[in-house]
Amino acid sequence: MTNMALVLTLISVIAGGALAAVNEITKEPIKEINQRNLNDGIKRVILGSAEGELAVQEPWQADETTFIYATDKGTAVQTSVNGFGGEMQVLVGFDEEGTIKGYTILKTAETPGLGVKADTWFQEGGKGCIIGKNPSSANLTVSKDGGEVDAITASTITSRAFLRAVQQAYDAFKGCDANSGASPQQH
Amino acid sequence: MSNIKVLLNGIVKENPTFVLLLGMCPTLGTTSSAINGMSMGLATMAVLICSNVVISAIKNLIPDAVRIPSFIVVIASFVTALQMLMQAFVPDIYATLGLFIPLIVVNCIILGRAEAFASKNGVVASAFDGIGMGLGFTIALTILGAVRELLGSGRVFNFEVYPEDYGMLMFVLAPGAFIVLGYLLAIFNKVKE
Repeated sequence: MTNMALVLTLISVIAGGALAAVNEITKEPIKEINQRNLNDGIKRVILGSAEGELAVQEPWQADETTFIYATDKGTAVQTSVNGFGGEMQVLVGFDEEGTIKGYTILKTAETPGLGVKADTWFQEGGKGCIIGKNPSSANLTVSKDGGEVDAITASTITSRAFLRAVQQAYDAFKGCDANSGASPQQH
Repeated sequence: MSNIKVLLNGIVKENPTFVLLLGMCPTLGTTSSAINGMSMGLATMAVLICSNVVISAIKNLIPDAVRIPSFIVVIASFVTALQMLMQAFVPDIYATLGLFIPLIVVNCIILGRAEAFASKNGVVASAFDGIGMGLGFTIALTILGAVRELLGSGRVFNFEVYPEDYGMLMFVLAPGAFIVLGYLLAIFNKVKE
């Protein structure tokens, strides 16, 4: 009779080896894709649908998960919060006043069919549009919490998390403005 | 049993969702729209075929006592590899499907077929069983998703049938999943008779 411990160990070792190999092959492409998504995202949240080039400066790290990308036409802030299903990474674009120019969701694990709607829900023309609002003057929380944003139907937790991310991004943007002098250029 | 029979067995006679009632968690959880249901079905089918083939190939090497853990290691490896490969080489599909992929590990259809079919049959028959069961699961999830999407948000595969405002939101949520599944089960089994 074959030794069961030996067989199980062998299977695990082979499986582990195979996974390590796959990881090795896919590491670089995944990194490139993430970088490209980030670059596209920065463009989209600042320029919107308009065409054009952006001069993006070196990112400035505000805390563990928050990165600030200053450009010549506005500032994009990447931050992450815990959503309903796990980490949600959001990129928000601000103009020099702190008005939201656009946002995009880089990474999400929200419920398919419900929470994933955050991708379009808060955009221009969406029911909970936040574009063109400024977190310093507008109360960007869901209406259930006394704010002025309509939450995604049946996804209040996702909506709260998303708006928390926006607030976090805004705070980082303001903090960066005050501390580092890396303020978005006026023009 | 001929391979065609094995194939049809998975789609109709032992349809994993409507007859075996396996894999109810992804069935109820991911069928909020037709496209979601179909995506989950196809991803599951890919893993099911791979795991069935490998398990039937190594079945004689595995002692009975460590059968289940071995199967789980094989299945989990395929799921993880599939996730990484899709992320790297088909990022667009990964963007829509990515959420479902880790869920496949806990899908009991895969372990169930490994145990009930692949560990007792040859490689080719197991591959056909994987395709048949996978198709059966995909079809069931697509129908379930389409009905829920139609009743809940007035669309099928994102084509508007009637305005979303008239949709019954309940059908997109969990209770609707149970209700629609119950009716589909009844219809399927009535027709099958």
